[in-house]
Amino acid sequence: MKAIGIILAGGNSDRLGDLCKERAVAAMPIGGSYRAIDFSLSNMTNSGINKVAVITQYNLRSLQDHISASKWWDFGSKKGGLFVFSPYPSGTDQNWYRGTADSIYQNISYLKKSNEPYVVIASGDGIYKMDFNDIINYHEEKGADITIAYKDLAGTSKQPKRYGILDMDDDGRIVEFEEKPENPKKTTASMGIYVMRRDVLIDMLEKKIPEGKYNLVKDIIMAGKNTLKIYGFEYKPYWVTLNSTKAYFDANMKFLDRDTRMLLLTEPYIYTKPKDDPPVKYNVSADVKHSLISGGTIIDGTIKDSVVFRKVKVSEGAVVKNSIILESTHIGKDCVIEYAIIDKEVIISDGKVIKGTPEEPAVIAKGSVI
Amino acid sequence: MRKKEMLAMLLAGGQGSRLGVLTTDKAKPGVAFGGKYRIIDFPLSNCINSGVDTVGVLTQYQPLTLNQHIGIGTPWDLDGLNGGATILAPHQKTGEAGDWYSGTANAIYQNISYIDHYNPEYVLILSGDHIYKMDYSEMLSFHKKNKCDCTIAVMEVPWDEASRFGIMNADENDKIYEFEEKPANPKSNLASMGIYIFTWSKLREALIADNKIHADSDFGMHIIPAFLNSGSILYAWRFKDYWKDVGTIDSYWRANMELIDTVPEFNLYEKFWRIYTKNDHQPPQYTAADGDIKRSLISEGCQIYGTVKNSVLSKDVLVEEGAEVHDSIIMENCVVKAGTKIYKCIIDQNSVIDKNVTMGVGENIVNEDKPNIYNTGITVVGQDSYVPEGVKIGKNCVIYGASKASDYENGELPSGKSCVVEKEEL
Repeated sequence: MKAIGIILAGGNSDRLGDLCKERAVAAMPIGGSYRAIDFSLSNMTNSGINKVAVITQYNLRSLQDHISASKWWDFGSKKGGLFVFSPYPSGTDQNWYRGTADSIYQNISYLKKSNEPYVVIASGDGIYKMDFNDIINYHEEKGADITIAYKDLAGTSKQPKRYGILDMDDDGRIVEFEEKPENPKKTTASMGIYVMRRDVLIDMLEKKIPEGKYNLVKDIIMAGKNTLKIYGFEYKPYWVTLNSTKAYFDANMKFLDRDTRMLLLTEPYIYTKPKDDPPVKYNVSADVKHSLISGGTIIDGTIKDSVVFRKVKVSEGAVVKNSIILESTHIGKDCVIEYAIIDKEVIISDGKVIKGTPEEPAVIAKGSVI
Repeated sequence: MRKKEMLAMLLAGGQGSRLGVLTTDKAKPGVAFGGKYRIIDFPLSNCINSGVDTVGVLTQYQPLTLNQHIGIGTPWDLDGLNGGATILAPHQKTGEAGDWYSGTANAIYQNISYIDHYNPEYVLILSGDHIYKMDYSEMLSFHKKNKCDCTIAVMEVPWDEASRFGIMNADENDKIYEFEEKPANPKSNLASMGIYIFTWSKLREALIADNKIHADSDFGMHIIPAFLNSGSILYAWRFKDYWKDVGTIDSYWRANMELIDTVPEFNLYEKFWRIYTKNDHQPPQYTAADGDIKRSLISEGCQIYGTVKNSVLSKDVLVEEGAEVHDSIIMENCVVKAGTKIYKCIIDQNSVIDKNVTMGVGENIVNEDKPNIYNTGITVVGQDSYVPEGVKIGKNCVIYGASKASDYENGELPSGKSCVVEKEEL
């Protein structure tokens, strides 16, 4: 194989509020049956990359639990594998990751012990379906040192100032990179996906880290923009990142659209840890329209324009609209839930009303009893 | 090799011919059940839930579906270092021609070396034909407590049905003194479930001895009577929970339909004693704005744009706009195209029913070719079949293969008729 993978799953987004209090963004439940990181993991395995390191720092328990067995993504081979790197105390060094570059540097033996020529670095919170061979091919065609995947946000509701914005010359070579610029000149947003030669990455890390440069993009990649050939690779299909509560809400709802839903229903599949839930059970009074429902859920009530995760119970007379209900939540009789994100294992007692707005969905924290 | 206290031998080679076209291309244990499951998932899940981690699966008839489904046993955690699931197919022996498995006990006889390899104290004999949840470890405790040579799981069946079963006549302590296969005048209503625990040394001896007498050595006909005649200790272990033999089209259909009751007798939703199956991917199911689903089980990956009532759908089924599915079982990866109406049918995997077809309507006339199999009004479509646009199909019909419009006289297949298109000879 040509490449090894690194998934940066260390992010802990404050903008996701309560939803990320106890879990990493990469572990956010998405699309009814998945966690965000399933997309990057599945893209890796479906691209033939069978050796992947997941680097994580915050709230790693939920993530660890999810990826504790590598076989579900087909990483369980002798030549490959799924590695989870989190900070650990060692005798000589300080251990907390000081930045994305530092998190890779502290695990540099993973890079050194491999012999694949390339490294594909992806973030753990992107929702997309990409064949990394395409970007590797482009990288080779251009004779690039580093290639960064980007998405043009023009014509979407997404605000470029929330992204890393690339500026490229006519050949696609990157001349500037601005992290979350106040007044963005361009709409070409970095997807946080980088391809480079493994030995180039090792060299750069060994030079820069001792100088106290810890940020992968700013200090390592873009610092070399004049000497290295850094190219942008445009990605046109669906891609979103979970960078706010609203973005999380919208990303889930987007799966109700046929085109986005087909990402999940067509090969190559997105894999996740199997949960062995029984089929969805529709009882006599069930009334479900335009919704995604996951295994083990039992429906006696009404569900419209919503994404319902596994093992949820919607009781008789309850009405759920435009909402996201995470796993093992129980919605009592005659409840009304609109524009809400109800986290896992919540119990909502009979007759309760929870309403948010499309702009600000109501969020009920994990394990709440209402 | 670490010694195993008990391993299981799961007999999964039977055709299940009374399931008609559902078992044309796969053995009965491979037939789908309850939406996403296959029948063999129940005994396999019972094994791992009972702590039996070594299972020999004996295949013979049409094993492809089972081989693909079981693989190395990963979905059931039967892929361990020591033991796990092993497919045991009939094979050629040194210096001899190969032998098919000629009887249930003969199949075990031919795999004595597999069992010896694990050197178990006890061997559990199972069949892959039933729907139930059973803790085999309780049965083993009973076996050990009574110092049995053989323990047979039994169900109390209604007296008027007892003559259809293998009946165990037992004393007040449930010690068996006689076995009668389908007795005209039953003395007991304890029916054998075909689930046995044997002390391996005793069974091994009996298998070798019986093989010299009967070329088609069978547990019910030969081994159990031999144990009784030799004065061995046999006990009946009573099982009181749900247990269904889904051996006929009608019983298969009913058992599936029972699952859609609000609180079904057989509950798949309990956290305890989960049933495992192969999951290659598990997207949620989608119900469209015009979809209408009541009293049904819908599995992962289904897309429902039409109406589904009182039905059980396996994974990745597409029901298009305006299509209606009533009182039916539709297995994985089928497509029901727009405007098609299906009443009380069983449609096996990977089949496509084209637009504006009506199925399962008309008079209830039993099937002409196989009146013993298709006689309760249920129309059955075999796997990988195609039904062309606009045709009308009656009750007790059978459709198998890629049928064409010209196969339907006047666009119709009347009740009781069959449309079987032979598949390409390979």
